[in-house]
This record gives sequence, C-alpha cells and structure tokens, in this order.
Amino acid sequence: MNLTRSAWMAALLTALIAPVATAVAGEQIVPVQNCTWCHGTSAQGYAMAPRLAGQRPAYLETQLNSFREHFRDAPLSKQYMWSATAALGPQAARDLAAYFSTIPPRAANDGNTNLATMGRTIYMNGIPDANIAACYACHGPNAEGIRDIPRLGGLSRFYLKARLEQWGQGYHSVPGSPMPLVARPLASAEIEALASYLSFVK
Amino acid sequence: MSSFGSCLTMIRAAILAAALSMSLPVASRAGELQAKLDYCKTCHGLSGQGYRGYFPMPRLAGQQQEYLENQLRAFVERRRINPIMANVAHALSPSMVSGLSSHFQHLNPKPIGGAPSHSSPAGRQIFNEGLPEANVPACSACHGSDGHGQNEIPRLAGQLYEYMVGQLTGWSKVRGQGTSVDTSAVMAPTAHNMSRSQIEAVAAYVSTLP
Ligand code: HEC
Ligand code: HEC
Ligand code: HEC
Ligand code: HEC
Repeated sequence: MNLTRSAWMAALLTALIAPVATAVAGEQIVPVQNCTWCHGTSAQGYAMAPRLAGQRPAYLETQLNSFREHFRDAPLSKQYMWSATAALGPQAARDLAAYFSTIPPRAANDGNTNLATMGRTIYMNGIPDANIAACYACHGPNAEGIRDIPRLGGLSRFYLKARLEQWGQGYHSVPGSPMPLVARPLASAEIEALASYLSFVK
Repeated sequence: MSSFGSCLTMIRAAILAAALSMSLPVASRAGELQAKLDYCKTCHGLSGQGYRGYFPMPRLAGQQQEYLENQLRAFVERRRINPIMANVAHALSPSMVSGLSSHFQHLNPKPIGGAPSHSSPAGRQIFNEGLPEANVPACSACHGSDGHGQNEIPRLAGQLYEYMVGQLTGWSKVRGQGTSVDTSAVMAPTAHNMSRSQIEAVAAYVSTLP
C-alpha cells in the first residue's frame, strides 16, 4: 500500500468511526464494515490485513486490547490497527471478536509446496537440538488453536512470516507471551517452511 | 633483570593462554545451559510455573531434582510415553540434565491457579487422611505434609490441575511402560483406586499449595 492510499484510508477511517464514537456515551457500536474494509468482505484477509474469520474469540479480543494500549507495536500494527482500535471499548472488542470467530475460515494456500513437508516436521516435533519448540504443544495437532492461543492453519504465508520475524526483531504482541522465546532460535529457512506449511492447513 | 622480566612475560602469557582455553568452554557451556533453559521455559512457563497450551505443561519450579532426572530418563527409555518430551529429552546430555534439574528445583514462583475451588475441602481430607475404605493411603505419607515431595517422589504443591487429573486418570497408559518395574509402580495402586471425582478434588487442593 502506498502513502496516498494509506493516508486516504486513515481519513476515511476517522470519518467512519468518529460519528459512531460520539453517538452513544460510554460503549459505542462499531459496524463491522470498519474492519472488513481492510480485512476483506468475509474477513478472509486482504493484502497486508490478516484473516480474522474463524480465529479464536479470546485471541482476537486480547489482540484488540493490545493494539488499543499500543503494546502490539510492529510497523503495520502502528500504522493501521492503533487508529482502528482507538475508539473501541472493551464490550465492542468482545462483540467484534465473537462475530469474526463464527465466520468459517478459508485457507490462503499461498505457500511454497516444496517446503510444506519440512514445515510440518518442525511444527510437530520442533528441532530439539536447536532449541526450537514443537508448535503442536500449544497450537494443537491441526493448528486450530485453543482459548487465547490462535489458529494458525490457513493464515497467509506473508502474514505468518512477518509475525515470526518480528518477534525476533523485538516487536511485542501481548505481555507474558511465550512467542518471543519460541521465535528467537528460528532461522529464516525454518520460518519460510513453517509459513508455507501452515498456509495450506484447513 | 631483563631475563627475569621476559620470564615473567612468558609466565603471564602462559597463564593467559591457559585461562583463555579454560574460560572459553566454560562460558559457552553456560551459554548452552541458558539457551536450553529458555527452551524449556517456552513450554513450561517463563518462571517454570507451568502453562496451559493445547496440552497442559506441568510446573517444574521447586520440583525435586532426583524426580526430574528420573522422568527425563523415563521419556528417553520409553518407560513414560509422551511424544513431545521424548523428542526434547533425547537431545539432552547427562550433564545438561543435572544442570537443568538443579536450576528448576531452586525456582519458587506462585502456583498458577485456575482449578475449580469447590471440591478442594474434600481434596484436603484425601491428601491428609486418604480414603481407607477405598484403599487409598494419605498422599502426605509419601509426598510430605507440605506436598513438596523428596528425591524420586515428586512435589505436587502448585502443580497444574488439568495436568494432575490427566496423569492420575491415565496412569498405566502412560507410565511404567518398560519391561522392568520402575518408580511409577509405587503410585499405580493409589491412582487406580480413586474415582474421577476424588482425583479432581485432591488435584484441586494440591494445586493451591505454595
Ligand atoms: C486500515 C486497514 C485496517 C482496518 C480498518 C482494520 N484493520 Fe485490523 N489489521 C490491519 C493490518 C494491516 C493488520 C496487521 C498488523 C500487523 O501485522 O502488525 C491488522 C491486524 C488485525 C488483528 C490481528 C490479527 C491476528 O491474527 O493477530 C486483528 C484482531 C484486527 N486487525 C482486527 C480488526 C478489527 C476488529 C477492525 C475493525 C474495528 C480492524 N481490524 C480494522 C488493517 C486494518
Ligand atoms: C508455549 C506455547 C506456544 C508454543 C510452543 C508456540 N506458540 Fe505460537 N503463540 C502462542 C500464544 C499464547 C500466542 C498468542 C500470544 C501472542 O500473540 O504473542 C501465539 C501466537 C502465534 C502467532 C501469531 C498468530 C497471529 O494470528 O498473529 C504465530 C504466527 C505463532 N504463534 C506461530 C508459532 C509457531 C510457528 C510455533 C512453533 C515454532 C509456535 N507458535 C509455538 C503460544 C505458543
Ligand atoms: C514443546 C513444549 C515442551 C518443551 C519445549 C519442553 N517440554 Fe517438558 N513437557 C511438555 C509436556 C506437554 C509435558 C507433559 C507430558 C505428559 O503429559 O506426560 C512435559 C513434561 C515434562 C516433565 C515431567 C514433569 C512431571 O511433573 O512429571 C519434565 C521433567 C519436563 N517436561 C522437563 C522439560 C525440560 C527439562 C525441558 C527443556 C529441556 C522441557 N521439558 C521442554 C512440553 C514441553
Ligand atoms: C507410597 C507412596 C505414595 C503415596 C501414598 C502417594 N504417592 Fe503419588 N507418587 C509417588 C511416587 C513414587 C511418584 C512418582 C512416580 C513415577 O516415578 O512415575 C508419585 C507421583 C504422583 C503424581 C505425578 C506427579 C507428576 O508431576 O507427574 C501425582 C499427581 C501423585 N503422585 C498424586 C498422589 C496423590 C493425589 C496421592 C494421594 C491420594 C498420592 N500421590 C499418594 C508415591 C506416592
């Protein structure tokens, strides 16, 4: 996305959110169009905005709060999600999270098929000699997630790769997350393989 | 004087070389231990307090060193079946096993909590007095009145509720799988003789002990 487009988006966003925010004192209703505008009409992800459909509601809710508190601080988070959540109350965050979690997710299928087998091996077994933890232990056998641990299956290769790189670069997601330690020993070939494998998981 | 001086220089150089050749492996061994500890803590909690992933990962903090070492060997020897820990334990040298175990024994974070609290009064009674009619001895007899265990008998205090319920309800499917009898046999009859609700009650109680 170039600068003009994002400036234009930000302006539109303010226009969309501001009237709603002032309409009701305290908790306001946020139309999902404010979100699907970037995340795709059925929330399957679009360009840099990840899929929200089928994601664990408790995970979506903690991330929305983390954007609002400016704790989740990667460049695209700052650029897009800080303003998108600025006027989002806790109840609105919970409602949006519940809504998006009920939409059936579709797999992005945009990985490199030649790397999928290697990715699956790392996902299931880790690489104990290199201190790489088995993702399976937390994200589940089918990468479906549980409670506030996210579903990874079918997210886009681009998004998965960026997330795994950003923990290694020192960006934050939520307080007390195990992911910085998980990501630190991952080499770029391993990140590529994991992101490829996961993009195909249904 | 000058020969004494050059002699000193030579001695210094020798000491320095010796110190260097010793300190390098020591430093890298310490680095290896730290990296391995970080790895264990990704799953077992950043202070070893346990963690709820897709599977419950037990608390290792304050655990008896002998118990930890025995279980890590049990995973490798397939006396105890768990695919995740079998992989993890295979990659550990004996000196790494004792370094990790002694580190975890000395940690003391608060219990992680999260157990249902309503059943724990019944659990307290099972822990201290057992269930004589069901042939269940008092847990405190072996695990200690504070639940801290000793040697090969594990600490139960502050252990994750879901983890303990899982172990006690599935005891003989997971533990004591080798051909020879091991320490898991000591615990087997007690695990068998408790009902699911008695297991839940006692697990809820001990999970809150500091
Ligand atoms: C201007 C575009 C834009 C709008 C509008 C927008 N988002 Fe986002 N959103 C993004 C981008 C880009 C990311 C990725 C951030 C990153 O990678 O750091 C993201 C990330 C997220 C995430 C994190 C997902 C994950 O898997 O961790 C959630 C949750 C989210 N958005 C929810 C929402 C909700 C709810 C709304 C509506 C209130 C919304 N977004 C509006 C662009 C947008
Ligand atoms: C000890 C548990 C644990 C392990 C092991 C683990 N994760 Fe995670 N993961 C989490 C938790 C909790 C979150 C959500 C918190 C956060 O955002 O930091 C998360 C979030 C993620 C996300 C962000 C998803 C999104 O929608 O933005 C990705 C990607 C991820 N993990 C990949 C992996 C991979 C790949 C592995 C294996 C190499 C792995 N994880 C191992 C617990 C774990
Ligand atoms: C990928 C996640 C993961 C990693 C990394 C991991 N563990 Fe585990 N560990 C587990 C799980 C899951 C169990 C529970 C096994 C079961 O249910 O029988 C466990 C169980 C154990 C037990 C048995 C505890 C008891 O109370 O009986 C010990 C000891 C242990 N792990 C030590 C370690 C050590 C030491 C390391 C680092 C070298 C480590 N683990 C790394 C997931 C992990
Ligand atoms: C006769 C001694 C004895 C008694 C009595 C006893 N235990 Fe044990 N317990 C053990 C031993 C020994 C082990 C370690 C088994 C092994 O090495 O696999 C153990 C292991 C356990 C474990 C597994 C801990 C872990 O971290 O995986 C639990 C849970 C447990 N006992 C609960 C109880 C409860 C609850 C009671 C009372 C109802 C009880 N025990 C009574 C000796 C005993």
